[in-house]
Amino acid sequence: MKVLVSIKRVVDFNVKVRVKSDGSGVETANVKMSMNPFDEIAIEEAVRLKEKGVATEIVAVSCGTQACQETLRTALAIGADRAILVETPSGEMSELQPLAVAKLLKAIVEKEKPGLAILGKQAIDDDSNQTGQMLAALLGWPQATFASKLTIEGDKAQVTREVDGGLETLSLKLPAIVTTDLRLNEPRYVTLPNIMKAKKKTLETLKPDALGVDVSPRLATLKVVEPAKRKAGIKVADPKALLEKLRNEAKVI
Amino acid sequence: MTILVLAEHDNKSVKKATLNAVAAAQKIGGDIAVLVAGHQAGEAAKAAAQIAGVKKVLHADAPHLADFLAENVTAVVLSIAKGYTHVLAPSTSNGKNIMPRVAALLDVQQISDIVAVESPDTFVRPIYAGNALATVKSKDPIKVITVRTTGFDAVASTGGSSQVETIPVPEDKKLSAFVSREVSKSERPELTSAKIIVSGGRGMASGENFTKVLEPLADKLGAALGASRAAVDAGFVPNDWQVGQTGKIVAPDLYVAVGISGAIQHLAGMKDSRVIVAINKDEEAPIFQIADYGLVGDLFQIVPALVEELKKAS
Repeated sequence: MKVLVSIKRVVDFNVKVRVKSDGSGVETANVKMSMNPFDEIAIEEAVRLKEKGVATEIVAVSCGTQACQETLRTALAIGADRAILVETPSGEMSELQPLAVAKLLKAIVEKEKPGLAILGKQAIDDDSNQTGQMLAALLGWPQATFASKLTIEGDKAQVTREVDGGLETLSLKLPAIVTTDLRLNEPRYVTLPNIMKAKKKTLETLKPDALGVDVSPRLATLKVVEPAKRKAGIKVADPKALLEKLRNEAKVI
Repeated sequence: MTILVLAEHDNKSVKKATLNAVAAAQKIGGDIAVLVAGHQAGEAAKAAAQIAGVKKVLHADAPHLADFLAENVTAVVLSIAKGYTHVLAPSTSNGKNIMPRVAALLDVQQISDIVAVESPDTFVRPIYAGNALATVKSKDPIKVITVRTTGFDAVASTGGSSQVETIPVPEDKKLSAFVSREVSKSERPELTSAKIIVSGGRGMASGENFTKVLEPLADKLGAALGASRAAVDAGFVPNDWQVGQTGKIVAPDLYVAVGISGAIQHLAGMKDSRVIVAINKDEEAPIFQIADYGLVGDLFQIVPALVEELKKAS
């Protein structure tokens, strides 16, 4: 079974983002970029399926600017067999929204015909949590979001999901879409020999036009601001003083 | 404007998150209908009809809606969505699961997790784990929206008296099937609706300490128990305790952070709490920068002492 994994290049999770002074967005120039952490879990899961003999080939796909090639190389170093970049121009008009990405991925899925697509549950930049569900909808495939466990048996995927208040297990008819949650796995470290090997793997580049997809944004960002800062409060001496404050000043207990 | 709100419910009653979503719908303004899609969910539909400000309740009932499978609930929403200018759901795991599916099939770019309504087509939503707030304007004919429940004060669950109308249910898509559910059993309030939350971080050092040290404090305060991602990753507690960007977003009256340093991703999930207390041995921990009251010291001494003080009072 071929497995498709989508990869997004985002501001590294350790970076404290700064809002641009003109309110047009957040500063991304000269900021460390990495693979979206949930996508790293997605690629790791695909590699584990291959190691178990369930997956036969792993295709990593990214939609974005030329710089995404670097992120795709990381996916190849983790264990993807080949990569596809749907390249969009950089600059002002570069914003890709989840619906556009889902349409691009749909076009790739129709070409590649994977039996399973694994996506991160959300990207840590726009925090949308949409692309996997949208791709499933556009393909008419079943979905299991927020996965913490995945097993493939015959033409079914059994997926345990992280839901409010506990866990839920679904059985999906393949082909299907699975989106990853944190506990699905712990991604491996990329080793130097694998980075070298990744350089030799195929990385194909396509343009959205060639896929017949209109990627223009539907949401206009009017402004981006920093949230109101919480002021640091006071230090109290001991538990007794704390309870006194909570009772008489804050009146919360 | 006509607004459809997808209710969060358990087939018996309507969850509070629905009341927050109705509040967001009221900010948009217009006639509000609530959709209760489930199985043997008559009681939930009746409860929805009591919600203040709701004009009508649509009740879709079928065995294949019992477990809120995304494919099947989406089909119900799509069968009626064209009659509305806005389709809203709370950002619960169901809402997050279903709504993008609805949006894609309506060819609409969803607006996730709104925290404020500027106008019927313009909304504010957090990005980058709440480190920035974006104001976005939608050009789509139907606005598909998920609502961050902490952003809107719940409307009253009673006082309304709308009609319940039964609507036809599209047939089972048979793409996915429900297998089982493991609900974390707890006598405690639910994290997302608790008035007080006691959370532990890496500083707790073990899962056992959550039981021995933190639980007595939560018991005394009638609080829900939460955790930081570090504590979940370390395997101390289950993931559904996680508060943060990648876990639950909470805003209780009182949030007590114990042994939590205050990573950005954790702060994103709790910084809208009314009062924050931090207990940490590291005086420089970032959590103190947002805490109203800080106690520097060893949590294994401070927390039991707090419990003792609370016992004295009661």
